[in-house]
Amino acid sequence: MLLKMKFTQQRRVRLAQGLWLMSWLAVMCGVFIFCLGIYLKTELLRRAEVMDDTEIHVVPNILMMVGLASIGTNWVASRVCQDSLDASRFPRWKGFLLAWFVVAALLCYVLIVGLRNGIRFYKDTDVPGRCFQKETIDRLQMEFRCCGNNNFRDWFEVQWVSNRYLDFTSKDVKDRIRSNVDGRYLLDGIPFSCCNPVSPRPCLQYHLTDNSAHYNYEFQSEELNLHSRGCRQALTDYYMGLMNSTGPGVLSVILIQMSVLVSLRYLQTAVEGAMALENPEDDSEGYLLEKGVKETFEDVKANVLNILKFAQVDPTTDEENTLRPRQKHTPSQTETTHRYNRWKWFPRAKTVFLKCFLICK
Amino acid sequence: MPFMPVKFNLQKRVKLAQGLWMLYWLSVIVGIVIFSLGIFFKIELRKRSELMDNNESHLVPNLLILVGALACAINAFGGKVCHDSLDPMKFTKWKPMLKPYLLTCCSFNVLLLLTALLCFLMQFAVYLTLAEGLKNGIKFYKDTDTPGRCFMKRTLDMTQIEFRCCGNNNYRDWFEVQWISNRYLDMSNDEVKDRVFSNVEGKFLMDSVPFSCCNPGSPRPCIQHHLTNNSAHYDYDHRTEELNIWTHGCREALFSYYSSMMNSMGALIIITILLELEVLSLERTQEKFFSFKSRSSQQHSSSKLTSELKHTTLIA
Repeated sequence: MLLKMKFTQQRRVRLAQGLWLMSWLAVMCGVFIFCLGIYLKTELLRRAEVMDDTEIHVVPNILMMVGLASIGTNWVASRVCQDSLDASRFPRWKGFLLAWFVVAALLCYVLIVGLRNGIRFYKDTDVPGRCFQKETIDRLQMEFRCCGNNNFRDWFEVQWVSNRYLDFTSKDVKDRIRSNVDGRYLLDGIPFSCCNPVSPRPCLQYHLTDNSAHYNYEFQSEELNLHSRGCRQALTDYYMGLMNSTGPGVLSVILIQMSVLVSLRYLQTAVEGAMALENPEDDSEGYLLEKGVKETFEDVKANVLNILKFAQVDPTTDEENTLRPRQKHTPSQTETTHRYNRWKWFPRAKTVFLKCFLICK
Repeated sequence: MPFMPVKFNLQKRVKLAQGLWMLYWLSVIVGIVIFSLGIFFKIELRKRSELMDNNESHLVPNLLILVGALACAINAFGGKVCHDSLDPMKFTKWKPMLKPYLLTCCSFNVLLLLTALLCFLMQFAVYLTLAEGLKNGIKFYKDTDTPGRCFMKRTLDMTQIEFRCCGNNNYRDWFEVQWISNRYLDMSNDEVKDRVFSNVEGKFLMDSVPFSCCNPGSPRPCIQHHLTNNSAHYDYDHRTEELNIWTHGCREALFSYYSSMMNSMGALIIITILLELEVLSLERTQEKFFSFKSRSSQQHSSSKLTSELKHTTLIA
């Protein structure tokens, strides 16, 4: 037996009560994770126009699924707890519990592994003033305190003023349009949403590279007037911060889930042991595994091999008969065929197991 | 049968005690909500105290915090008493405290009523403080080098962006003050000199607004300067160009924000008063049940005693 503990009736009752509370706590955590997933998804959808939305939605989807699964399994755990101290109601959960343990272990595993993702965020655009709504970009720049893709100079390379507001009879406008191949109205100005409210100076938007256009202005040293960060960097920082802050929360949820798993196993074995005794209120033993780790593993492997053997026993016996010449089956030959069968299945099961192991890793 | 009335009342009393216990804990939660709302309101006032000349009255949030804490304490105590009421041994030690407790509840209800009234009436004070504070805020917008006022520009810009408003009453308030600091004005320039001399106080006035008045929803890149000059911009008529800058004044926007907060808090306090009154009446009923039970048990024991005495006399 692995890690066995003695359980008196009093201790069993206390374990059931504590486990009931913990499983409801775990349900709350599941609800929290689900809501976190929804929040993250809505945040990403809000910025859908500026996000490269192929891979990012994996994280909130995982969070939502894990939240729902956690709510379901922990609710079942609390029901099992409630029934555990009643000898007439506990046996109906017996068959169900193995499946529960598998699901709960899978849940822990997904929580630990599945949330590390490299994400690419900001989509490269070459015409922000036209492809995307002006309002979206303006609000983005104001909210995240950023300007342009990488920095404010990105605005110098695009035409961000619509042709409707340009006076094509003006000489200045005509000069600017002719100054480049594509016929775009480019200027060294930026939209007002790039302005930094922290700057002590009223915002300078136009003629940014021209020192003489403004009083007491030097282009290279005027730092605070505009937001200096690019929006790609700002968005990356924001979402990374969001993911990082969910880290500790998810870790504590993992701990709660694992303790629910371990406690339920102890409760199950202790109650089953007690029900098998003459006096159900006597002391019983609770354990994690009935035999040691190695023996349990061998048992599980034998069960799996049996299942595989039953699934594919017919074609191989036919194959064997065609391969070998017809001979009378002596006992030694049946023995060798059994040994041959066992040997034949072992490498296949080994490759299946190795594949699982690699995927899980 | 002498037993029947007591039994019926016992079951009813158990239900009453349970219902009362639930109500007490509901009131504790409501008390916690009021406490946190008080803290939230205090923080919101502090955040914008610069726009109110640091002159705003913190009476309402302080009162809310106090009332919330008191509600938690009183109702938690009531819940404990209720929980113990079904155990006669434990209840006897609480019994002498019941009357003072009920009196405390009554006075607490009066305090709640006063708080609700204040929530609704103090809105006028907030309006006046805002009007005065914003006027000064716009005046001190340019003083980013004066200690004590250097963050006024940032606060006002962020407020205008967040609340989607411009100026005190509307954007024309910016035309009447100099909002560009003298450090950034070229005093040797003719145009600057003309503007400065054009008014008595020597202020550099212009028909422009800061960038924070710009409306991102406008399809046109923001026009901040020369707002009243139609010829300064292509295809521009300042009487019909509506969406370019925010048209609402910040006083209206801020006041509606604070007044909606105070109205909802006043409504919550009125709900709390009703809840407390319900709890109080149920507590009185429970107290009556108790005195009835103790009297009837005394009667029952005394009647048992007299019947025994009769029996003994008969035998004798």
